[in-house]
Amino acid sequence: MTWQRRHVLATDDWSRAEIEQVLDQTGAMVEVLGRPIRRTPALRGRTVILFFAEASTRTRVSFELAAKALSADVTNITASGSSVEKGETLRDTVRTLTALGGDVIVMRHAASGAPYFVAERTDAAVINAGDGWHAHPTQGLLDAYTLRGALGDLDGRRIVIVGDITHSRVARSDIDALVPLGATVTLSGPPTLVPSAWRCGMTPRGTTYEPDLDRALDGADGVIALRLQKERQHAGLLPSIREYAKTWGLSEERVKRMRPEAPVLHPGPMNEGVEIAASVAHGARSLIETQVTNGVAVRMALLYLLAGTPEQVA
Amino acid sequence: MVGIRARGDLIATRLHEAIRRNENVDVPLGSLDITLYRDDLTRIGHAPVVRESVIPFSIDDRIVVLIDDVLFTGRTIRAAMDALVDYGRPRAIRLAVLVDRGHRELPIKADFVGKNVPTNLADDVRVQLIETGGADTVELVQAAAA
Amino acid sequence: MSGLADLERDAAQHGWLVSPGFIDLHAHLREPGFEESETIATGARAALAGGFTTICAMPNTEPAIDSPGLVAEVIARGAAARAARVLPIAAITRGRLGKELADLVELAAAGAVAFSDDGAPVSDGQLFRNALEYARASGRPIFEHSQDLALTADGVMHEGVVSARLGLPGMAAAAEETAIARDLSLARLAGGRLHLSHVSTAGGVELVRRAKSDGLAITAEVTPHHLALTDEWVAGSRAFAWEDGGDRATPYETSTKVNPPLRTASDVRACWAGLMDGTIDAIATDHAPHASTRKDVEFQEAAFGISGFETAVPLLLAGVAAGWGTWDRVVEALTTGPARVLGITLPENDRVVIDPNAAWTCDAAALVSLGKNTPLLGRALIGRVVACAVDGELRFDLTRIAAS
Repeated sequence: MTWQRRHVLATDDWSRAEIEQVLDQTGAMVEVLGRPIRRTPALRGRTVILFFAEASTRTRVSFELAAKALSADVTNITASGSSVEKGETLRDTVRTLTALGGDVIVMRHAASGAPYFVAERTDAAVINAGDGWHAHPTQGLLDAYTLRGALGDLDGRRIVIVGDITHSRVARSDIDALVPLGATVTLSGPPTLVPSAWRCGMTPRGTTYEPDLDRALDGADGVIALRLQKERQHAGLLPSIREYAKTWGLSEERVKRMRPEAPVLHPGPMNEGVEIAASVAHGARSLIETQVTNGVAVRMALLYLLAGTPEQVA
Repeated sequence: MVGIRARGDLIATRLHEAIRRNENVDVPLGSLDITLYRDDLTRIGHAPVVRESVIPFSIDDRIVVLIDDVLFTGRTIRAAMDALVDYGRPRAIRLAVLVDRGHRELPIKADFVGKNVPTNLADDVRVQLIETGGADTVELVQAAAA
Repeated sequence: MSGLADLERDAAQHGWLVSPGFIDLHAHLREPGFEESETIATGARAALAGGFTTICAMPNTEPAIDSPGLVAEVIARGAAARAARVLPIAAITRGRLGKELADLVELAAAGAVAFSDDGAPVSDGQLFRNALEYARASGRPIFEHSQDLALTADGVMHEGVVSARLGLPGMAAAAEETAIARDLSLARLAGGRLHLSHVSTAGGVELVRRAKSDGLAITAEVTPHHLALTDEWVAGSRAFAWEDGGDRATPYETSTKVNPPLRTASDVRACWAGLMDGTIDAIATDHAPHASTRKDVEFQEAAFGISGFETAVPLLLAGVAAGWGTWDRVVEALTTGPARVLGITLPENDRVVIDPNAAWTCDAAALVSLGKNTPLLGRALIGRVVACAVDGELRFDLTRIAAS
């Protein structure tokens, strides 16, 4: 199958074959990362612009390593110190990014949908590295790759996503990557942190909502815990962090409700003792460090696929 | 022995098996995907599938024989040598090919050749192997007939 | 063409529709203060291109229309434009700040036809009660934008399946319904003439229906976009509420961002049902033009509003063609309905002529309004206003514009 997409904005309209193609390429990139010299010349002469209008070290560094492992030139434009902070409009920023002549723009932005805005207005390929509450497609794909590695095949598997679903781009992109691969997803978390429509039976295809985490975990094949932003308490959405940890935190006892060896994932950075117990985060089921390695490989695969697509679809 | 994907590795496997049977020597065997090292990536318009390379042994200070089906411009072998040296520093690299059809674009020469086949530049040399679903054949398709 | 008789004869020859001039209870003309988005003159001309011979200008300008002098100024500039008749709506509270009542009696005497803090609902229940009671002395209605601001704090679109998928903060239907419920209760208590602006939810329509059946003398309006478009448009759908599938646009188009937000297809259906059974008295455009600088930004940063004058007729014709309403009732809601809300008689010599079969493309050049912010931009539409007469004078003639 020839790769057709020019941008990676969200995977909500991707076919199973497209997702599998990325995951298969990711396997080859994992092998590259295991070599004594972790650099191949594939994207020599290409420029990747990392445009992070919202602070993020982990994702930015992951993309940077991915781009460098393919020998691309990398330019960083971060929120602090750039004109984004000085009130420059996104429209102006796009003009600048386009003038800089990047082949790929990797962007993180606080506003849901911002990557669509940029993709419409630039010749470069755009990879969404997280937009508002909407999507974080590379995280979804790396979680799917990690779970597939642990479980072999995701067909018929049931994965639990627990936490602040409403404000989570990771949850949305995990759903968008896992469900097409045949998995079902059980969403769990405080009712105030799950979109009202999803609580009222109109959950996305392949997903259900179960507020009781114990019941959600019973017999599950894996769990993804989401980071809890402490601001949610101040917004009146949670009575206390303590109560959240007790009711929706992944404890050792809870994790045992899943199938033996069912893996535990977390997109990071973790609040240990809130959404996940330290012993679970660093325990035998935890694939949290594997996620980090796989993250670089997934991003290499996407950079490779996008930089290889025709320059301009006329 | 390191076969270059996607047909050199199959030939390498056969050679490896023949050496094991006749000489009772188990030469370490690997396969190499050179896609990420191609010099025409930006010119072909789409991203060819990258397959995993499998080199489950150290190549440091060893003699590595690269194996491919057809030697033509030499660009694949250049890419393979670049890829190989990312795994370590071999004492020497040798090259074995099933067919050498000439028309080199780089200063590369095979050490072991199954058959030299004179061709025109526009001709096509098609190798089929039982493993890829055909019979074991090498066809020379001349440009006019193709 | 010249004179009403000629106009009507020409229309009859072509099989065009002729009706009394349309009255728009709800338009934003942006002057003074935001002249890069629209002026009274451009707005009044755009209104004619949409078939509206009388338009009520909302007071959320800079400064807000909250003094007799400003009311007089709007009237003067409207008259000078010699396009649609411009009737000023004055603010309920000084500066639209929701703190103290404006001088409603004097504003009415200066020519204000109604009062509204549109865009800034009067949150203080006591103040709103006072406004309803005091406005009785002015003889003018209160137009209320019913919305519980605490429930819509960060909201940028309808809260539902689509907002959940897009990861955008939602505005629940309940935010409109609870506000309407409060406003109806206060109207019951205070008397006065309450008119509810842009009802957009099935629940809101039902509350109005019940209040009317209880004998409460209130009125309500709905917009053409709430009679045709759905929240799926924010996600890129370009299918009307009565259609399936069709072309898709890029998601997060800021032209779909409007307050009240585009709702679900069942809300659209309920709005039509309310219109047909008389629950809804008027169709008003909520014409809200914006300069591109306020729309060419991230969805969450963009201004609310759709430029609505010039697409009202094709949207309503499409709904009628789909069987969701009748043209006769639509015309009532554009003429006698709004006249009754204002307590005026229909201007006798205003006419609009519509070619119901005209196919045209709604592109930026075709729009008279300075505001090109409509999600219909670039779309082929059926039905177009051909001519408008105001007080017997032909002030809009599409054939002549096309020829020049």
